[in-house]
Amino acid sequence: MKGRGFVGSSALGRFFWRQERRQAALWCAAIVLLNLLVVLAYNQIYQSEAERQAMAETMSNPAMTFMLGPGYGLDDYTIGAMVGHEMLLFAALAAAVMNILLVNAQTRGAEEDGRQELLLSLPVGRLSSLGAVFALAVAKNLGLALLTAAAMWGAGVESVDLAGSLLFGMVLGVTGLFFGGLTALFAQLTEAGRANLALSLGALGVMYVVRGMGDLGREWLALISPLGLILRSQVYVRNFWWPVWAMLGLGILLWLGAFGLKRERDLGAGLIRWRPERKASSRLLGSPLALAFRLQRTTIISWIGALFFLGLSYGSVFGDLEAFLAGNEFLKDILPAVQGYSLTEQFLGMVVLVMAMMAVIPGLLAVLRLGREEAGGRLESLLALPVTRLRLLASFTALSVLVSGAAMLVSGLGLWLAASVVVEEGLSLPMMLRACLAQLPAMLAMTSASVLVMGFRPRWSGLVWGYLGYSFFAVYFGVLVRLPEWMAKLSPFGFSPQLPVEPFEPLTAAALGGVSLALWVLGSVGYVKRDIGV
Amino acid sequence: MTILETVDLRKRFGDFFALNGVNLKVQRGQIHGFIGPNGAGKTTTMRILLGLLKATSGTAQLFGKDAWADAVEIHKLLAYVPGEVNLWPNLTGGEVLDLFARLRGRLGQQNQRLRKELIERFELDPSRKCGTYSKGNRQKVALIAALASGAELLILDEPTSGLDPLMEQVFQDCIGELKSQGRSVLLSSHILSEVEKTCDYISIIRDGVIIENGTLEELRHLTSTHVAVQTKRPIQGLQEFPGVHDLREEDGLTHFSVEAEHMGTVMAYLSSLEIVRLESAPPTLEDLFIRHYEGQGAGR
Repeated sequence: MKGRGFVGSSALGRFFWRQERRQAALWCAAIVLLNLLVVLAYNQIYQSEAERQAMAETMSNPAMTFMLGPGYGLDDYTIGAMVGHEMLLFAALAAAVMNILLVNAQTRGAEEDGRQELLLSLPVGRLSSLGAVFALAVAKNLGLALLTAAAMWGAGVESVDLAGSLLFGMVLGVTGLFFGGLTALFAQLTEAGRANLALSLGALGVMYVVRGMGDLGREWLALISPLGLILRSQVYVRNFWWPVWAMLGLGILLWLGAFGLKRERDLGAGLIRWRPERKASSRLLGSPLALAFRLQRTTIISWIGALFFLGLSYGSVFGDLEAFLAGNEFLKDILPAVQGYSLTEQFLGMVVLVMAMMAVIPGLLAVLRLGREEAGGRLESLLALPVTRLRLLASFTALSVLVSGAAMLVSGLGLWLAASVVVEEGLSLPMMLRACLAQLPAMLAMTSASVLVMGFRPRWSGLVWGYLGYSFFAVYFGVLVRLPEWMAKLSPFGFSPQLPVEPFEPLTAAALGGVSLALWVLGSVGYVKRDIGV
Repeated sequence: MTILETVDLRKRFGDFFALNGVNLKVQRGQIHGFIGPNGAGKTTTMRILLGLLKATSGTAQLFGKDAWADAVEIHKLLAYVPGEVNLWPNLTGGEVLDLFARLRGRLGQQNQRLRKELIERFELDPSRKCGTYSKGNRQKVALIAALASGAELLILDEPTSGLDPLMEQVFQDCIGELKSQGRSVLLSSHILSEVEKTCDYISIIRDGVIIENGTLEELRHLTSTHVAVQTKRPIQGLQEFPGVHDLREEDGLTHFSVEAEHMGTVMAYLSSLEIVRLESAPPTLEDLFIRHYEGQGAGR
């Protein structure tokens, strides 16, 4: 691929690598470590064959097939088969997202910011920057593939063998290259980095769903989705390599397409003309609350959707729960037997708590958005209008509470729906709703903690995530590693009752509510008094 | 009638003193130029006037109300264009204009017509998302929102820094219209020719202090006029006159600059030598500016 069009590619490649090496390294490390940890953890948790077969039962459930792909090797469910079946799709998704983000930033993103313009004024070819992006993509994905393979094989688990690990890594690599190519191709079509990102991630989502539907019975449908294709490799059991070659071929075609289009078009132009957007806003966009919602619409809808799926997937395992839990030492540790309650009921309480900690995330994002608006310099114009700071803060907080509450209820509903299908006697809806509602005071307290940060140091929003992470660790894993009781009590979720096993304590709930109110008032006093935008 | 007044306004960020006692006064109907180099304190002053920053000491009043405590009441009467216009990338320009108008609370039919007219005059395409706008286009959105707001007072922070010359002309026309309607403008800039063209009163800020203020005429008296002259009889001993500087001969013309207060005596002397040709250029703001900055800089 040498030619005048590619003059300067190697210098540009080194330059791009300098820009993205940290991000790329973090992504690769996260993917590799996650896979390694899962191999080690599964090897620890599922030691006996009975435990593994219990898991295999759960995996033959259609909901699991929809989420993870068709199970294979279920009659002899080794650790390798488990890891291959349960991890390949998600690791491939992560590799795809990594490539989409990095390629978008170096192609359409750079062009939009005007960085490409500056580079193209130097003696470099028209295709050089895309050539450099391609070379980097090949290098990164090959690196990811080899590192993953080495780490998984290096875990030293018998059924996680070298041949399988190599295939596992290569599947991630070709998937990454494929989605990098897709993004590079879309970058030639769209005019804005955000649009390209949305298009690429949207395509990934559609492929995921198409694959899920195909895996539930229509093989051809699964095969037309690249994500379905890669699952046919049956890593660690049959080790088919043809999906790798197919994906590699498709990926190269996509990249060639991107080069072809890039050569033909003007800088800054997209082959799809942007369609006129709305000149005027809908009547609803007329208050800070409406603006807060409009800015985060996509995020909010995606999170609520994701929470619904989380609920569904938790609910779908309720059918074989007793058998599954009975054979699992790890979960037995988390769930000590309580007199008079079934394991299912205990599991429900814990699951709802986890869902609450997930459901509070979009709410926290909504409050912290105010800090991002400030950092982006957009609050200046807004506060120069007759809008009080208190109204602004109250609007974002109100949205946060609404979103968290909705996410909690929707995930509870998802759990109830799926559980009703798989559990013979069904699950009581009022009980489910009560269990969800009992989490609201703790979620409120968490939200108010984020308001406090906004009121004084918006740049310290990391504290909020740290606190949530701590909560998750102390409350969820704390039991397992036998942390002292007070450590969980440092988090509002440590006071959350796990219905139906634990009773709902109105006094505790009221105290959490009071603390939330106090934090909110303190935070808003700080917000009203401090300088904005320094 | 004074509609904006700061008295001994000070602002400290940590151990950096951004403002060291700013005294600024804007009268109703005044187009007030606020000039100074980057980092002199223009934006900090404006942000205090908007209630975004809290003054360390001193007072800032607009329409007789306190800038910090009565921000919302004041904001009903003013419109602001920030120096760096940042908008929401996923909203279109039209949506932002609508949002601002609605938050202002009076989306009248009249204002809507005015807005439409301004969109045409500034040649803005309101159907594009703000993320795809250039700096100039984002600035146009903020300017249109401010100009269409019907506000009594406009606070504009370097409003033309991203506009092309044609759009700058449109902007100046708009300011002229505001002036004829008796509305007031506080306009910061470091583009002196622009301030010369649009403003009728000027305050110069440096290192957080207003070092000079007055009408353009008044400020011109503070500086010297360039003169180029040719006379029948030779000019002698001009350098001896008080207030005459930079004397040189070029192309048969005698060039020099003379301070305003000594103009009379110099002219009387030159007339006695029978003037053949006389050119005089009023001091530009550049001269003013350079005189102040260099003068003060050397004095420190």
